[in-house]
Amino acid sequence: MAYVAVKGGEKAITNAHRWLAEDRRGDTAVPEVEVAQIREQLSLAIDRVMSEGSCYDRDLAALAVKQARGDLPEAIFLTRAYRTTLARFGASLPVETGQMAVRRRVSAAFKDIPGGQVLGPTFDYTHRLLDFTLAANGETPIEGALEAEEAQAYPMATIASVFSHEDLLEADTRTPDAPEPFDLTRDPMAFPAGRDQRLQALARGDEGFLLSLAYSSQRGWGNTHPLCAEIRLGEVAVEFVPDELGFPIEIGEVTLTECQMISTGAGGTDKAPQFTRGYGLTFGHCERKAMSMAIVDRALRDASAGEASAPVQDEEFVLYHSDNVEASGFVQHLKLPHYVDFQADLQLIRRLRREHAERVAAMKEAAE
Amino acid sequence: MAVEAVVEGAPERRRWLSILAKAPSKDVIAAWEGLAERPDYRALRAPEIGMVLVRGRMGGGGDAFNLGEMTVTRAAVRLESGETGIGYVAGRDRRHAEIAAAVDAMMQSSDLRPAVEGAVIARLARGQDERRNTAARKAAATKVDFFTMVRTRSPG
Repeated sequence: MAYVAVKGGEKAITNAHRWLAEDRRGDTAVPEVEVAQIREQLSLAIDRVMSEGSCYDRDLAALAVKQARGDLPEAIFLTRAYRTTLARFGASLPVETGQMAVRRRVSAAFKDIPGGQVLGPTFDYTHRLLDFTLAANGETPIEGALEAEEAQAYPMATIASVFSHEDLLEADTRTPDAPEPFDLTRDPMAFPAGRDQRLQALARGDEGFLLSLAYSSQRGWGNTHPLCAEIRLGEVAVEFVPDELGFPIEIGEVTLTECQMISTGAGGTDKAPQFTRGYGLTFGHCERKAMSMAIVDRALRDASAGEASAPVQDEEFVLYHSDNVEASGFVQHLKLPHYVDFQADLQLIRRLRREHAERVAAMKEAAE
Repeated sequence: MAVEAVVEGAPERRRWLSILAKAPSKDVIAAWEGLAERPDYRALRAPEIGMVLVRGRMGGGGDAFNLGEMTVTRAAVRLESGETGIGYVAGRDRRHAEIAAAVDAMMQSSDLRPAVEGAVIARLARGQDERRNTAARKAAATKVDFFTMVRTRSPG
């Protein structure tokens, strides 16, 4: 590839950006949308931007959505760019999702999970019919959520704790004096990837890409036969140890979506058969993403056990292509000037055609 | 946690710092501005916006992995009476972090503590409990009541 410095186009670019700003605003007879309105009323767009932008800040994500005219991968790019301007104070203690103040928790595998099936604010079971009353300029009376007499009790038992005494479900392990987890923002992708590196990459990964990969595995390209053991949505506290204190303090709360997928594992000579698990965790309410992430995590665990046969089980394929900022950058760079590449290709094609014509002419001559 | 045993006053301070951090910025500012008297303080660390890398646990209960970052604002102040306070709060509200630091310092002074213990800390804690309780009651209202359909065969 050749690069050549070319000047020019400044004026065209400035004018293009002015037009962009005008288009962003749209019809000025319609009131301008406020960042706070986006934050409050397009909250699932905010959740996706925070999740894949890998930066939890609802106001920032709302601003990014506004600036990007609702183009979420563009908003994610803006968020990623902003985060590089901030200093990092350090890393939190691992959040304890078992302690979550749950707003939604369902288990599709185990009907009688302790704490019950709590639907929370969900699109599930809606009829997916357009509701034209929402187009009635906010005149629709809103029926508030119903509040039960008795509050949901916390913490809610996890699927892992329910079956732990029987060893039916693979247990999480904690390594004493575990090294610092892999950090993709500081170190380049490395293979074979540890599960820490994989989960960080998947948590930042593109929802559409992970959804399609998860779907491919369900349809037989690396079959995982997953069951959804648990999905939970709610708030957890984030604890951090400031240098000046030396003990952990809570610095805020984040909304998280967590998904536990389980599938049957055949075990081995020294290991009895049990359910193995895939894990998904995202900022905000990103259920489709968390479920896809858990299925892909599970499929990649097969890969590390040497069973890889499908795209979803190929960790280099999955992890190198899951980031939509990188993917979109590389695909979209093709629209920037490639004049020199094209010149070179033209010369090559012209030479090949000349040689081809000479060969054809020579063959004709020989035949005559 | 083991550190609490060695750091004097840590559990109590952890509690109020948590309340100050988890409260919405507007509530913290309103509570502060509602105080009859606010002591003078000087900034040891002017409010600074940065990030904390949030970690999760693999599988929910295993070793740590890096989930993503969150914005955090920190500040440190010293009262004229000598107490120093710190604020570490989620988000990018500088005023919130500075007030949290000032209240933290006041809570460490036996003279100033009564002024903020009820009017700021208890008030913010009540707000948090109410929000938490409301959400928990809405969640409980969406809990599925299963019933089993019994199939009976009519005689004859």
